[in-house]
Amino acid sequence: MTRYFFTRLAGAVPTLFIIITITFFLMRAAPGGPFDQEQALAPEIKANLQRAYGLDQPVWTQYGRYLKSLLHGDFGPSFKYKDFTVTELIGQGFPVTLQLGVMAIALALLLGVPLGTFAALHHNSAADTATMSLVVTGIAIPSFVVLPFLGLLFGVYLHWLPVAGWESGSLRHLALPVIALALPPLAYIARLTRGSMLEILRSHYIRTAFAKGLPLHSVIIRHALKPALAPVASYLVPAVASILTGSLVVESIAGLPGIGRYLVQGAINRDYTLVLGMVIIYSALLIVMGLLVDLLYAWLDPRVRL
Amino acid sequence: MSVLLDDAIRRLRASPAAIFALFIIVAVVMIALLGPWLNPNSTQTLDWLHVAAAPTFQSAHWFGTDRLGRDLYVRTLAGARVSIAIGLVASTISILVGVSYGAIAGYIGGRTDHLMMRIIEILSGLPLIFFVIFLTVIFGRSESLLFISIGAVGWLTMARIVRGQTLSIRQQEFIAAAVAGGAGTGRIIAKHVIPNVIGPVIVYATLTVPQIILFESFLSFLGLGIQEPGASLGSLIAEGVGEMEAAPWMLLVPGGFLAVLLLCLNIFGDGLRDALDVKEA
Repeated sequence: MTRYFFTRLAGAVPTLFIIITITFFLMRAAPGGPFDQEQALAPEIKANLQRAYGLDQPVWTQYGRYLKSLLHGDFGPSFKYKDFTVTELIGQGFPVTLQLGVMAIALALLLGVPLGTFAALHHNSAADTATMSLVVTGIAIPSFVVLPFLGLLFGVYLHWLPVAGWESGSLRHLALPVIALALPPLAYIARLTRGSMLEILRSHYIRTAFAKGLPLHSVIIRHALKPALAPVASYLVPAVASILTGSLVVESIAGLPGIGRYLVQGAINRDYTLVLGMVIIYSALLIVMGLLVDLLYAWLDPRVRL
Repeated sequence: MSVLLDDAIRRLRASPAAIFALFIIVAVVMIALLGPWLNPNSTQTLDWLHVAAAPTFQSAHWFGTDRLGRDLYVRTLAGARVSIAIGLVASTISILVGVSYGAIAGYIGGRTDHLMMRIIEILSGLPLIFFVIFLTVIFGRSESLLFISIGAVGWLTMARIVRGQTLSIRQQEFIAAAVAGGAGTGRIIAKHVIPNVIGPVIVYATLTVPQIILFESFLSFLGLGIQEPGASLGSLIAEGVGEMEAAPWMLLVPGGFLAVLLLCLNIFGDGLRDALDVKEA
C-alpha cells in the first residue's frame, strides 16, 4: 500500500511535467505578449521590460529557467499584477476557492448519498420518480444559470441572503455559491448511489441480513452502504474537476476573491507565469485527488488490490 | 436495425416524460428557427425609446429589451440558434472521432488498444476545459475554432463506449466470416463493426448534445465564445447577470431558455438510454 502510494506519486511527476511543457510552449506560440497594450510602449521601454523578465532570451533558456525556479518552489513574478509574485496571488486566493470547493463536495456527498439511497429503497414509486426528476434538473442546468436564479429569488426578491460578496467567508455569503456549485455533483452522486444501491439490495448477503431480522437502517448503513459507495468514489475526480470549472464562473458572479478569475484573465493578458501557475495548481489537485480516490476505492471494495 | 428502431420506439412510448421532452425540444427548435418571422424587430436595431424595457405586448418587445434597446426576443432566439447549431456540429465531430477511435482500438486490440486507451485515460484525467479556454484565448475567438475545440473534448466517453461494444462484436462469427472472406481490417471496421454499434452511439450522442451546448454557453458566458454584436445564450446570460436587479428579464429569458433546452435534451437522452438499455462504459 505504501509502496503503491509512492509509485503513483512518482508516476504523477512526468504527467505534471508534460502538462507544464505543453502549456509553456502553447502560451509562447500564441501571438502577442504580456507587454502588448492598446497604447504601444516605446520600443526601448518594452525592450527593458522584456530584459527584466528574461523574455529577451531564447525560449529554451526561458523554459530551463522556469523549470529551475519551479524546483525551488518559485512560480515566478506575475507579468500583469506588478509587484506580485504568482505564489502570492495564488496563495491569497486559493484558500477561498478551496473552502468553496470543500464545502460544495461535502454538501454533494452529504445530500447526494442519502437521496440516492432513498430513491433506491422506494424503487419505481412516486418518490423515486420525483427524486430522479430533481436529479435530472440538477445535472442539466449549469451553475451559471442556477446561481443568478437563486440570487434573484433569495437575494433580490426575498432578501434572505446576500446576492454577492465575501465578507471574509461568512456562511450567509457562501450559501448560494456553495449550493450552485454542489448541485451538479450532488445530482450525479444521487444517481450513482441509486444505481449501485439497487444492484446491491438484490444481492444474497443483503437478503441474508434481512432474513436474520436486522432492521432496515442497520442493513443499509452496516452492509449495503460501503460497497454501494464504490462508483461514487470513482466519480470524485470528475466531481472535483466540475467544481473547479464551476468555480471559474461562480466566483465571478458572486464576487468571491478566489483564484478562478486568474485563469481566464491571465490567458487573455498573456500573463505567462500566472497561467502556468494556475494550470499546475489545478492539475496537481486533480492528480492528488485521483490518488486519494484509488486508496478510497481499495478500502471500499476489498477485492481491489493495490 | 429496423427491428431495433421499432423496439426503441415502442419502449420510448412507455416513457411519457421522454416523449414530452422530445415534443418540447421540437417546439423550441421550431420557435428558434421560425420565431423571428413573427416579430418585427431585428437583432441589431437599437430602440432608444425602450431601453431596458420590461416585456410588454404593446411595444412588440415581447421579452423586453437590453441596455442598448435591442429586442430580447429576437436576440434570445438568435442565441438559441447558435447554441443548437454548435451543439449539432460539435457533437457530429466528437461522434466521428469517438466512434472511429473506439472501433479501431477495440478491433485491433492488443498493444495498440492498450496504448490508445492509455491516451484516453490520461486525457480524461486532465482538466480539458482549461485547455479549451486556453486555445480559444490564444488562437483567436473564431467560431470554427470553437466548433473544433469543443468537439475535440467530447469524444472521450464515446470512444470508450464504442470500444467496449467492439470488443464483444469482434468475437462473433460474422466477423470471422468476413476475415475468412478476405476483407481488410479497414473494411471490416467500417462495414461490419460500426453499423453494429449504432444503437449505443445514438443514445450517447443524444446525451452529448446537451453537454456540448452547456460547454459552449459556458465559454460564451466567460466572454470566450460568441462575440458581440452576435449573441449566444451564454453571453446573453452573462449580460443579464449584470443587470439582474434592475432588469431581471434580461437574465430570466435567456437563462430560462437554456435551462428548458438542456433539461429536455437530458430527459430525452435518459429516456432513450433506458429504452435501448445501454450501459455506459
